[in-house]
Amino acid sequence: MTALLELRDVEARYGPVQALRGISISVPEGSVVAVLGANGAGKTTTLRAVSGTVRRSGAILLGGKPLRGGPESAAKSGIAHVPEGRGTFTELSVVENLRLGAYTRRDRSVKADIERMSTYFPWISERGEQRAGTLSGGEQQMLALARALMGRPRLLMLDEPSLGLAPLVVREIFRIVRELNEKEGLTVLVVEQDARIALNAASSAYVLEVGKVAVSGSSAELRDDEAVRRSYLGY
Amino acid sequence: MALFWQQVVSGLASGGIYGALALALVLIHRATGVINFAQGEMAAFSTYVLWTLTANHGLSYWPAFVLTLALSFAGGVAIHQVVIRPVERGSQIRVVIVTIGLLLLLNGLMTWIWSGEIRPVASPFPSGTFDIGGVALAYGDVGTIAVCLAAVIVLWAFFQFTKVGLALRASAVNPAEARLVGVRVPWMLGLGWGLAAMLGAVAGVLTAPTTLLTPSMMQAILIYAFAAAVLGGIDSPIGAVVGGLILGVGLSLLATYVDFVGTELQLPVALLVILIVLLVKPAGLFGKTQVKKV
Repeated sequence: MTALLELRDVEARYGPVQALRGISISVPEGSVVAVLGANGAGKTTTLRAVSGTVRRSGAILLGGKPLRGGPESAAKSGIAHVPEGRGTFTELSVVENLRLGAYTRRDRSVKADIERMSTYFPWISERGEQRAGTLSGGEQQMLALARALMGRPRLLMLDEPSLGLAPLVVREIFRIVRELNEKEGLTVLVVEQDARIALNAASSAYVLEVGKVAVSGSSAELRDDEAVRRSYLGY
Repeated sequence: MALFWQQVVSGLASGGIYGALALALVLIHRATGVINFAQGEMAAFSTYVLWTLTANHGLSYWPAFVLTLALSFAGGVAIHQVVIRPVERGSQIRVVIVTIGLLLLLNGLMTWIWSGEIRPVASPFPSGTFDIGGVALAYGDVGTIAVCLAAVIVLWAFFQFTKVGLALRASAVNPAEARLVGVRVPWMLGLGWGLAAMLGAVAGVLTAPTTLLTPSMMQAILIYAFAAAVLGGIDSPIGAVVGGLILGVGLSLLATYVDFVGTELQLPVALLVILIVLLVKPAGLFGKTQVKKV
C-alpha cells in the first residue's frame, strides 16, 4: 500500500511552546489511521500541522507532493479537516454549511451531493434551512462530517469526534466513518481521546506522548499489548 | 392626510439613503469588526467622481453612475488592502484610528483635488411631482427610494444565492473555519470593503442633489446612518435598512408635526435614538444579543 499522507520529522510550535518534536506518521491510501494519546500530547497539533493552521517544519507529503501554505491550499489539495468542537458555521443554515464544504469544487454536481449526504444523515433533507447552531451536539458533529465530505476529500481528518457526545451518537458517527471507508475508499486520519472506539474503527494507530510518537502499530497489536494498553491507552 | 403621506414618502427617501449608508457600515463591521468612520467621506469622494465624469468628461448620468459604482468598488478594495489590512490583526482600536485618519485624509484630498467650492449636482430624476390619490409625490423621492431598494435587493441576492456571497458571510462569522474549507478570507474582507464603498457611493450620489456637493456633505448623513445601524442592530443587514427607513420617516414626521424640532433639531434626535437604543436594547431591533461564554 502506498502512503497517501506522510509526515516526516514534523515539528510544530505555538510561540515558545514546542508541541510536536519530530513525529513521523504514514497514512496508507484507503485506510483509517488513529492518533491517540493524553491531553496535550500533540494530537490536535498533528492535524493542524497537516492543514497548515499551525507553523510547522519537516516534510508533509500528500500523494508524494509536499504540502505548503495555509489551510486554504490544504483544502484545495483535498484535505478536509473537521476541527475539535464541531466545526460548523453556527449562524448559517445546514444547506449553506454543506455548500461551503464544496467551496473548492468547480463541478456542477454540488446539489446532487447534498442529496447524497441525506442518505448518510437522513435528517438533513428535512432540516436544510435550520440554523446549524440550533442543532444538537451530535447533529452538529454529523453536519461537520457531511460538510467535510462535500469537498470530495482525498483525506478526511477528524479531531476528537466523540468529544462531549453520548456513546450512542459516537458509535453512529464511527459507523458512518467506517462505512465511508469501506464503500467509498475514503482515507481517514482520526484523533481520539477514547482509544477503545478509535482502535475499533482504525486499522493502525500512533500513540503520542509529549510531541513524539511513543508507540505505533496495527490496531490489533496495540489492543492486545497489555503494557501499551495500561500505560498509554488507559483501559 | 395628504401632507402626512407626502412626509412619509419623503421620509422613506431620506431613510433609504440612511439605510444604504448604514448597510455599508454593517458590512464593514461584520467583516472587520469596527465602525468605519471614513464611510461618509468615501461616499462624498465617490460623488465627486460622478461629478467629474458628468461635468468634465461629458458622460451622461447613468453610464457615469455605473462607472462610479465600479470605481468605488475598486477604491474600497484598495483601501482595505493598503491601509486596513496591515493593522487588521492588531486591536480593534487601531483599525478605528486608521478609519478616522482615512476620514481626514479623504476630506483633505477632496479639497485639494476639487477645491472646497460647493458644486451643484444634477438629480437623475425629473423635478416636480405627480399625483396619487391627492398625494403629491416628488419624482426625486420616489426615484431615490427605487434606487436604494434596488441596491439592497441586488446585494441581498448576491449574499443569498452566490457562492462568493456565501463565502463572504462565512468569513465574517467564522474566519478560521472559512479558511479550512478553502475560502481566502482576506480577499473576502476586501470584497466587503468594496461593496460597502459601492453602497456609500449610492448614498452619496442620491444625497448630493439636495445638499450640494462638498467634501463634508456626508458627515451629518453618517450620524443618521450610525443611528439607523444601532437601531436595527449593528450586525444585522436587514436591521440597517429597516432602521434607516424608520429613522427617515420618524424624523420627517417629527419635523412636520412637532414644531420645536423643525429641521434644526433632527441631528440631536438621531443622537438621542442612538443613546436610547444603547441603553434599552443594545442589540438593536434585529441584532442578536451577544452572550459571552465564560
